[in-house]
Amino acid sequence: MAKITMRQAISQALWEEMERDPNVFILGEEVGVWGGTYAVTKGFYDHFGPERVKDTPIAEAAIIGAAIGAALTGTRPVAELMTINFAFSAMDHIVNEAAKLHYMFNGQMVLPLVIRTVGGGGRQLGATHSQTPDAIFAHFPGLKVVAPGTPADAKGLLKAAIRSNDPIMFIEHATLYQTRGEIPDGDYLVPIGTSKVQREGKHVTVVTYSKMLELSMKAADLLAKEGIEVEIVDLRSLRPLDMGPVIESIKKTNRGIIVEEGWKSFGVGSEIMSRIYEEAFDYIDAPIKRVAQKEVPLPYNSTLEQMALPQIEDIVSAIKEVM
Amino acid sequence: MKKTEYLELYQQMVVIRLVEERAAVLYQEGKIGGFLHLYIGQEAVSTGLISARQPQDRVITAYRDHGVAINCGISPREVIAELLGKATGISGGKGGTMHMADVTKNFWGGHAIVGAHLPLAAGLALGDQYQKKDGVTICMFGEGATNIGYFHEAVNLSKVWNLPVLWVCENNHYGMGTAVDRASAVSEIRQKAVGYGMKNDLVDGMDLMKVREKSLEMINEIRAGSGPQFLEIMTYRFRGHSMGDPERYRNQAEVHKWQENDPIGIYRSYLLSSKISTDVELEKLDHVAEEIVEDAVRFAESSPEPGAEELFRNIYVEEMSGD
Repeated sequence: MAKITMRQAISQALWEEMERDPNVFILGEEVGVWGGTYAVTKGFYDHFGPERVKDTPIAEAAIIGAAIGAALTGTRPVAELMTINFAFSAMDHIVNEAAKLHYMFNGQMVLPLVIRTVGGGGRQLGATHSQTPDAIFAHFPGLKVVAPGTPADAKGLLKAAIRSNDPIMFIEHATLYQTRGEIPDGDYLVPIGTSKVQREGKHVTVVTYSKMLELSMKAADLLAKEGIEVEIVDLRSLRPLDMGPVIESIKKTNRGIIVEEGWKSFGVGSEIMSRIYEEAFDYIDAPIKRVAQKEVPLPYNSTLEQMALPQIEDIVSAIKEVM
Repeated sequence: MKKTEYLELYQQMVVIRLVEERAAVLYQEGKIGGFLHLYIGQEAVSTGLISARQPQDRVITAYRDHGVAINCGISPREVIAELLGKATGISGGKGGTMHMADVTKNFWGGHAIVGAHLPLAAGLALGDQYQKKDGVTICMFGEGATNIGYFHEAVNLSKVWNLPVLWVCENNHYGMGTAVDRASAVSEIRQKAVGYGMKNDLVDGMDLMKVREKSLEMINEIRAGSGPQFLEIMTYRFRGHSMGDPERYRNQAEVHKWQENDPIGIYRSYLLSSKISTDVELEKLDHVAEEIVEDAVRFAESSPEPGAEELFRNIYVEEMSGD
């Protein structure tokens, strides 16, 4: 077991898969000569060369469209969208092409495509560069959506995504790159579409993923001092959504909250809560609560921005409310 | 070309014409759902163009795709069955009129969002370039598609990366009901290729032989490494944009003028005047074409509907336990 950062974990996954399979290549804005705007692909251009680490114009529809086309020919492109906010410029290709082709042409077309992108707020980048629109992408059958919260999961999930024959959105978080964690030795995969209990507890369930996993773990540490044992279920994939560990946990604790960074309206929490009510209504002893981003475009000013984003205290007080 | 090849192209055009005429009737009978965009008047474009390709050359087009499908080798049976939504349709009844493809014949669809398939075409060519294959991707689109951003992103990318693509603009003068000069800054569409430093040409799309010769020349140059080229083909659709078109935007005199230049008539005259064929021989082919299309309609009408088990099939390559 080595302890590495999220950035290193993602970088290792890409590197190892490119070494393993010559059909894997990277394309995106500043992935090559620059080394990646979040330095994930630093050193790749020199090692793998310009044919496998392709700098693109700033043209997101072309990046995703070309990646889809190349995937159809049997290559395994990893397309990088510098931030998930730019995915809106490629929305048509993600939604109307990538998510549809396999079904619409009756299985003839196969897209081994990974779209790596970065979401999340908290870096004072203003309203257009700080969004967490993960739920939007999880809305579409045909697409898979993965959003890891630990280095170990990031590496295993990305390797699994690259080896998958389905189109996958792989959503990283802008403020998790420095987060450190232990990863298993050697070549390992984390199956896409599996939730995981990241912390065991018996009093209350927290369902979360990505950056909010980190905050939820800290909230659980604080509550442990008060004798509240929090169980944390990390979704890891939003589609396919693995509700098994969530339902199991709720049946054990009979209480729960959902923590997400995106807006509450029509969000991940809405979906998880509905499913808990559908599948485990009889086990719930208190109304489930949601912690989410305030319903505003994220402001630039740091104080205002942090007011809008979910905080550890918000999680702590939500848990206390359901106890 | 050998005589049989000349006659084969004649037959393809007649079959397309008859398939489209029968489709119009089937639509009016309520047997075809959704939209229906007919290719009548434009047959020489795809027949000439696709006759110039090698088997390794990929074809991708927009929603007016029945003729292209037939030229690529999909049988009229599979085309009409798809129009009727039957299990025996080329897309198993899941695609419909706008989404036909047969990847075994290197026909990659049938894409219904205007301009969205152009970045995919760049990607198909990228896949060939990456795998060092010598295929040329032939991408067909209407002049209306050259006003959307995807066109510019894709054409630019193809030039930057020197991709083996033949961009083929089928200029039928109207994007739905809007005349080209009401929607495009330049009416001669190929001028847009000049802006990307791309070799380009213009050809009369009512004359199969002219289309074929120009296409052969350009495809050969691209295969030899010229990089992408742009071909504007002047044509006209004799029917409305779709079956629900009131045609308020053009007068019948204009339509009649173009109908005098019927592409099948022009090619027929060419075959006769150059003594490649005779009236008797061509009439025999007309009858064969009628039989092929009537057989296709009988086949489609007697084919089964897709089974209920098809509803959830082929959403993903790797089906998951979650949902």
